[in-house]
Amino acid sequence: MSKKDLGLLILILVVGAIVAIINPRFLLPINLANTSNLIGLFGILSIGQAFVIITGGIELSVGSVVALLGTLFIDFIAVREVGWPLAFVLILFLGAIIGLVHGWLITRLKLQPFVVTLCGLLIYRGVARFYTADGTAGFAFGQNFPELEFLTAGRSYGVPNSFIALIVIAIVMWVVLHRSVFGRYLYAIGKNEEAAKYSGIRTGRVVMAAYVICGVLTALSAIYFAMYTRSISPASHGQFYELYAIAAAVLGGFSLRGGEGSLIGVLLGTVLLQELQNLVNLLGIPSSLNFAVMGGVILIGVLVDQQWGVFRARRLMVDATRKGVAGQAAE
Amino acid sequence: MNYSDTSIVASTSAPFLSLENVRKTYPGVVALDGFSMEVRPGEVIGLVGENGAGKSTLMKILGGVTTPDSGTITVDGTAHDRLSVEASIGSGIAFVHQELNLFDNLDVAANIFFGREPLRGGPLKLVDRAKLRTMVAPLLKRVGANFSADTQVATLSLAQQQMVEIAKALSIEARLVILDEPTSSLPLAETDKLLDVIKALKADGISVIFISHRLHEVERVADRVVVLRDGMLAGTLPKSDIGHDQMVKLMIGRMLKEREKASEAARAPGATALSAKAVRTPAYPGRPVDLDVRRGEILGLAGLVGSGRTELARVFFGIDSSLGGTLELGGKPLALASAADAVAHGIFLVPEDRKLTGILLDLSIAQNISLPNLPAHARRSLVSAGAETATAEKQKKNLGIKAPSVQTRTGTLSGGNQQKVVLGKWLAMNPKVMILDEPTRGIDIGAKAEIYGLMRALADAGVAVLMISSDMEEVIGVSDRIAVMHEGQISGILDKDRFSQENVLLLAVGKQPR
Repeated sequence: MSKKDLGLLILILVVGAIVAIINPRFLLPINLANTSNLIGLFGILSIGQAFVIITGGIELSVGSVVALLGTLFIDFIAVREVGWPLAFVLILFLGAIIGLVHGWLITRLKLQPFVVTLCGLLIYRGVARFYTADGTAGFAFGQNFPELEFLTAGRSYGVPNSFIALIVIAIVMWVVLHRSVFGRYLYAIGKNEEAAKYSGIRTGRVVMAAYVICGVLTALSAIYFAMYTRSISPASHGQFYELYAIAAAVLGGFSLRGGEGSLIGVLLGTVLLQELQNLVNLLGIPSSLNFAVMGGVILIGVLVDQQWGVFRARRLMVDATRKGVAGQAAE
Repeated sequence: MNYSDTSIVASTSAPFLSLENVRKTYPGVVALDGFSMEVRPGEVIGLVGENGAGKSTLMKILGGVTTPDSGTITVDGTAHDRLSVEASIGSGIAFVHQELNLFDNLDVAANIFFGREPLRGGPLKLVDRAKLRTMVAPLLKRVGANFSADTQVATLSLAQQQMVEIAKALSIEARLVILDEPTSSLPLAETDKLLDVIKALKADGISVIFISHRLHEVERVADRVVVLRDGMLAGTLPKSDIGHDQMVKLMIGRMLKEREKASEAARAPGATALSAKAVRTPAYPGRPVDLDVRRGEILGLAGLVGSGRTELARVFFGIDSSLGGTLELGGKPLALASAADAVAHGIFLVPEDRKLTGILLDLSIAQNISLPNLPAHARRSLVSAGAETATAEKQKKNLGIKAPSVQTRTGTLSGGNQQKVVLGKWLAMNPKVMILDEPTRGIDIGAKAEIYGLMRALADAGVAVLMISSDMEEVIGVSDRIAVMHEGQISGILDKDRFSQENVLLLAVGKQPR
């Protein structure tokens, strides 16, 4: 764990302690379980986003993808009576296709990630609304899928299974990002794509793979979100979720220029964001201020982090001077 | 003797700038140690020294960016403890940096008077373009520019861009123009133009400090050479004593033999390694190139900037695809869709722009060296830090990379050591064809000699080495054969017995050699 991550963890604990003191309900099992469920849902989404941001890209369409794929998933199993395991795989596959198309447009046709995914944001939202004719996709009365519901919205020993899923995914993705050849390529491309290309890395494929990973994780979270809300009105479902994901990554130390950030960072960023949401509810802050609180905290976090970097650089230089002077004195 | 004559005599005797006992220390390093020099009006000073000798610190002090710890700076008769940026500009000191500071999306006139544009009246303060153009025209004429004020900077060659920089210096009525490595990216003919501009400045009574690693150019223009070594004045050479060997001796405190060693008798040519037949690059689609690089030779590729050398290298390395023709490697057809394909075939490129394409400055030495061959440093797709370190340690030792450890960030290394890291990542693999694009640009003399030695060792080991270089001494001193490009085509190939500066130059401008 880097110092940055440690700082974020301490911040989370301090904020948690303060909220718990003011409103002890914060520590009630039911509140903790609800919050960790949300952390699970948003965490999966944010890890996907992180893989794109590390390459210096951005994925703005995830909120709309959550709406579209969630709608399709419910429609598949509730209306079209596709077996849920098949529907599950189908949705992940669609997520991969969306990622692949985005990656292809960005790496082969050299379109800017912002533009491609902004268009995606508009297109998928529109398609989702058209698909349901602006209605709501949901389950019929009495319809249930015990295994699926257990896996997505259920709990094991009081811990939401969505949170457990996040932990498993996080461990796998940590290895991929921080230990694998592919992860090193991602960092190299994020730092300097040209130099990576001149080192013989097939940068196009690597970047495309990052968008595919993002697409699949987004699809997975779309299923979780769908099973959490159980009914989807495509006009608003998943709205601004791309911003939650980007915010979690930025809070977690990712640079939008690429090449910087850690998996633990984006997890902690997600935790902090959900803690803040919870804080707004528990402390009786008007929920209309929700976004303002989030924005304020992110801004302060990024500012402190940057100032800390400046301070450290200065301290290093002072140390070096002292050592230099001492060295000369010794001579 | 009339009145104006005495004024000239007076002005030539009083120095425009003089430094006395200037000292500057950085944490742990003495960058300048009791350094003194003076510059008279209309004098061209050649300032030479290895990287790290203190030249940049000196420039920063003169530009007012850095404050000296002690010493006096006298400009135009006024003594200062330190210069501010404003004082430096105000007293007529202008810089033309190695890395050009131009906005290439703007035109020439806008660049020269950036921030000082003549304005029309009225609340909108629109730029008076007509007046701007009339102000720029005479400046361009003084630097001998063959382009107009409304040319986009992006379309100009490097030499032309440098002229814009000099015109900018003249526009603030500079009395001392400091040129920091102005020719490092210029080839022959364009260098001559720049040296002419320096002579014109001198004739106008403007002083010039000319910093360069290219000693024969210093030899040609300097009235006096000041040599820096380890932050101290290693010596001053008057006009009559300026010579390549004297400068080198003062710079490194010993004589250099490496280059002579590299240019022994011609070797027996090996089999053809890389062969291009009617290859057409995107830069010159109408001009097919035929070129053979043989095993065991260093083939020098000379030519003017923009003659298509780098573009050819990019095709050989799979970055750009050829628009036609065929490539062969060891007699077998070669299809390159990407740099990854070239690397897989053992064709490696040490690119021209080290910091942008050669290495990743934020990664460590070990991570840079393992990058092209990462799967070999991994077990089940997981990177093995131990294997990486081992490879890097080997290259560090082999190449003499000076760094605290292989975990050091490459961004903190000197240019020469960074270049060795680029070489190291390819040497750790198994090169068949090694392409080096301006391999010694901006690298000091000691490291240059080491890089020449490495190239020779590669050739001796049977590698085909293709060296693109704009440095005439280097091309002639290092190559076994020289191919010269002119406007996208090979205008001729010289064997060792026909090597001469003149022949290379003639071919570079598209004429026949003698």
